Amino acid sequence: MSKSYEEINSRIARGEAVVLTADEVSRMAEEAGPAEIARKVDVVTTATFGAMCSSGCFINFGHTSPPLRMESITLNGVPLFGGVAAVDAYIGATEVSPDDPSYGGAHLIEALIRGEELLLKARGKGTDCYPRREIETWISKDLVNEITMVNPRNAYQNYAVATNTTDRVLHTYMGCLLPRKGNVNYSTSGQLSPLLNDPYLRTIGVGTRVFLAGAQGFVSWRGTQFNTLKPRNERGLPESNAATLMLTADVKQMSAEYLRAAYFEKYGVSLYLGIGIPIPVLDEDMAAAVSVRDRDITALVCDYGTEGHPAIARTNYEELRSGSVRIEGKAVRTAPLSSLKKAREIAHALKAQVASGAFPLAPPVAALPERSSVSALSVRERSK
Amino acid sequence: MREKYVLEYSSAVVDEPVVYTLIKRFDIKVNILRAEISSGQEGSMLVELDGEPERLAESRDYLASLSVTLSPIARSLTVREEECVHCGSCTGVCFSGCLSMDTELWQLRVDRDKCIACGLCVKACPFGVISLRFGE
Repeated sequence: MSKSYEEINSRIARGEAVVLTADEVSRMAEEAGPAEIARKVDVVTTATFGAMCSSGCFINFGHTSPPLRMESITLNGVPLFGGVAAVDAYIGATEVSPDDPSYGGAHLIEALIRGEELLLKARGKGTDCYPRREIETWISKDLVNEITMVNPRNAYQNYAVATNTTDRVLHTYMGCLLPRKGNVNYSTSGQLSPLLNDPYLRTIGVGTRVFLAGAQGFVSWRGTQFNTLKPRNERGLPESNAATLMLTADVKQMSAEYLRAAYFEKYGVSLYLGIGIPIPVLDEDMAAAVSVRDRDITALVCDYGTEGHPAIARTNYEELRSGSVRIEGKAVRTAPLSSLKKAREIAHALKAQVASGAFPLAPPVAALPERSSVSALSVRERSK
Repeated sequence: MREKYVLEYSSAVVDEPVVYTLIKRFDIKVNILRAEISSGQEGSMLVELDGEPERLAESRDYLASLSVTLSPIARSLTVREEECVHCGSCTGVCFSGCLSMDTELWQLRVDRDKCIACGLCVKACPFGVISLRFGE
């Protein structure tokens, strides 16, 4: 049996739709098969709350009188990218203050959402259209025009799991990795993870509505480093980091409940983001996909102490969640880096929004690429 | 009766054989878990003291007479739980069992008495919500 988006939306409108979180449907799948799930469930909500470095937002400050072409810009001492028109700028989440490497763009974004006032300093060379040469003023989200989040790479499908075989502590974006395989850190939200519940991206594409830090946003494009060529396991799930999403939403609609600035010791600043995506159960294939359980998700444990981060063990999310995995015969403790508690809160919040009709579902406007690979950068001489 | 304390010495008493006195005079079993002398010659020591309750009380009086401050380890570790997002990053470096995840609710569990003041969690927390009063 199959259901159309229209049928699902009209069931939602009548208050008859069955919306479950990905955790709930995975529990249901312990007893029920795809046919029954396809018949009984209309929408499944997925979520994650983890570090996503490739994030940031465009901000339009508005013009002063006389106007300034903002070329060199800082906000609370953090440099912004000003190479986009006169009063547009991009706040990169991982950009840091030269005076304090633990404070950066992610902190600015969180502070804007919290309604705090930030010190803007900008300079330009002075032109006929923009005669002013510098300004210093205080801004807040209510005093500027648009603040639009545009994140080049979010919601990685099955991110790597990290350990460290060297003799020294490594400080990484995968947390503090203790020497000689002292610990294993993982970040994906497992069976709740958005792109692991739709491994071939049938329902997620350009134009898909998403929950982004409390706001309703959209998938704007494939994420950077989008890779469809990763080996898949018997359930069709990529065994390592594969697809990604570029996401957009209005920062002024976001809540600091679902977004937090982070600092990883001796690595730098990053942004923890809450993302949720509802997946329509269109047919038995989608029912099978959303039934994914932690034990079905292969994870490769990679050595962050060796260049290229080679995989040294295979495991799955059920084992990772148990608190210990075996690597080369040795039991190694595991720890998450993303918050499953927050991810569950988002899945439940999204479930309520979908069920109420506040979060309508629609087919993607365009599919994400069926075939795409990632190249390394070679350091080379210029071609003749 | 066995308890973990952080002892803090001023530079004036850093030469005093405190541990020897605790053992010989008060019959206390002393397990030194961590000790540090800062650049200003003040010292901090994490110890587990095991002995009869009244002898432990006398030991505390003796330490107080030297102006060595004695505070239970539970009070040295601060986790600002209202700011914690329960990511679990700190649990990966906590080997004493003080910080762990509740695997039902996936919430951080803090068992302060198990803290050994190693300080790894302070740097492992991406949100800076953990602090430890030991040394410095």
